[in-house]
Amino acid sequence: MAYSEKVVDHYQNPRNVGSFGASTEVKTRTDIGVGIVGAPECGDVMQLQLKVTADGVIEDAKFKCFGCGSAIASSSLATEWVKGRTIDQALQIKNSQIVEELALPPVKIHCSVLAEDSIRAAIEDWKKKNGIAVDEASHAH
Amino acid sequence: MAVHTPIYLDNAATTRCDPRVVEAMLPYFSEKFGNAGSRNHRFGWDAEDGIETAREQAARLIGAESKEVIFTSGATESNNLAVKGAAEIYAKAPAGQQGRGHIITCTIEHKAVLDPCKRLQREGFEVTFLDPPSDGVITADMVRAAMRPDTILVSIMWANNEIGTINEVPQIGQLCHEKGVIFHTDGTQWVGKMPTDVERDCIDLLSWSGHKMYGPKGVGALYVRRRKPRVRLEALIDGGGQERGMRSGTQNVTGIVGFGKACELCLAGMEHDRERLLKLRRRLEDGLAGRMEVVQVNGNRDRRVPHISNISFGFVEGESLMMGIKDIACSSGSACTSASLEPSYVLKGLGVGDELAHSSLRLSFSRWTTEEEVDFAIESILKAVEHLRKLSPLYDLYKEGVDLSTIEWQHH
Repeated sequence: MAYSEKVVDHYQNPRNVGSFGASTEVKTRTDIGVGIVGAPECGDVMQLQLKVTADGVIEDAKFKCFGCGSAIASSSLATEWVKGRTIDQALQIKNSQIVEELALPPVKIHCSVLAEDSIRAAIEDWKKKNGIAVDEASHAH
Repeated sequence: MAVHTPIYLDNAATTRCDPRVVEAMLPYFSEKFGNAGSRNHRFGWDAEDGIETAREQAARLIGAESKEVIFTSGATESNNLAVKGAAEIYAKAPAGQQGRGHIITCTIEHKAVLDPCKRLQREGFEVTFLDPPSDGVITADMVRAAMRPDTILVSIMWANNEIGTINEVPQIGQLCHEKGVIFHTDGTQWVGKMPTDVERDCIDLLSWSGHKMYGPKGVGALYVRRRKPRVRLEALIDGGGQERGMRSGTQNVTGIVGFGKACELCLAGMEHDRERLLKLRRRLEDGLAGRMEVVQVNGNRDRRVPHISNISFGFVEGESLMMGIKDIACSSGSACTSASLEPSYVLKGLGVGDELAHSSLRLSFSRWTTEEEVDFAIESILKAVEHLRKLSPLYDLYKEGVDLSTIEWQHH
């Protein structure tokens, strides 16, 4: 199948790959929100880690992704988009914007959904760690 | 020597037609263009001569008599003719019971055997689909255990097309002859690569294809035993009565001539080709396993045809791996991890997908594959797998010593 130039670029040069420490370590850090979505047997696992300031600004973001080129590109793009935003702004990112930016075909839309979900999951994790109530209405899926 | 990309490592799918084969075929397009069925003029005789020479070349490759070779459109047709044609003729009900008879095959056959068997099942035959063990080899003991008084046909492939494993064909043939059961084997990945003798190997029906052994596409053959026992088949295609009435239709003379030439070349170069292929495969598998962890060669390593290698890479998703090795033409068979790639029923049958998150490649070689091409493939695959493992959260977990199966994943 043909991938868009942007997908190929993210695949070859993924932005913000990595993590802020071992999985056991980041679990206890209150400045880090971790979102892991998907499952190996479904062919996609996305891990997004957000470093958030006390007043809710996303300072830095790191991702890892097990999945197809479109999944890698979606999560790579998500890290670019959330950096520097407040958590409320980051929650406004919609999967349709990712689809448009990367020119994903219909069969790859689930990759963008997964990326949106990973942002949501990471922010929820940060909120929980910091004793902030998670807005249930934000569960779009 | 420079490597020209993309390099072709998908020779289990099809091979390049040997130029010597093409040369042998050319006169039959526009000079000796006759219909082999035209018995009363020169054009027909020339075509018939071409076909009969090819029949002898094909027979010699498998240790048969030329009368025992039927030309078809390919191994799919040969398999259909063998399985359905034999089932129709030998159908019988067990004493005092209903039914049409019992057939034994296995779950990792090619679809060209599996689907005819499933059709026969719908038509009233009983079919046992043997499950392979994790090394992929179907043994005579497994077939023996499945035998019943009303078993009429056993169809077990000689070598598997995805992993290259070799089943216990001579032993299964012997068992069938002891029990008076017709034995068919799909030899598509075996014949032309490995020594074949239908007498020694106790085979009643043998299918093979031209384009898997440097011949043209659209032509194959079926060996049909004529003595001890004389095997009869119900034709699938009726008409002019060509090919001993088992396959009507004007013969594909050019294709058959090419098929014969390809058989001759395979027989002449078999030892040499086999040594080369084994060396190339060893180079590939050692090159990958020696420089990477969690790499697994699928299927029994000591019982494989020399041109196929099926390798799984841990913590890497199949489609992204293919994306990273665009300069290598090969097949991917994901065991289970990818939603986008069709999972391989062969690898699943072997239990390869039981460990989480593998993706697999089938790389297959030809008489023209070079060491430089293999080295190029090793470097490309290494680079792609390393790149993807750097991205893989599963690889991180593995490195931290976490058992992936203990994690509660958020299924979508």
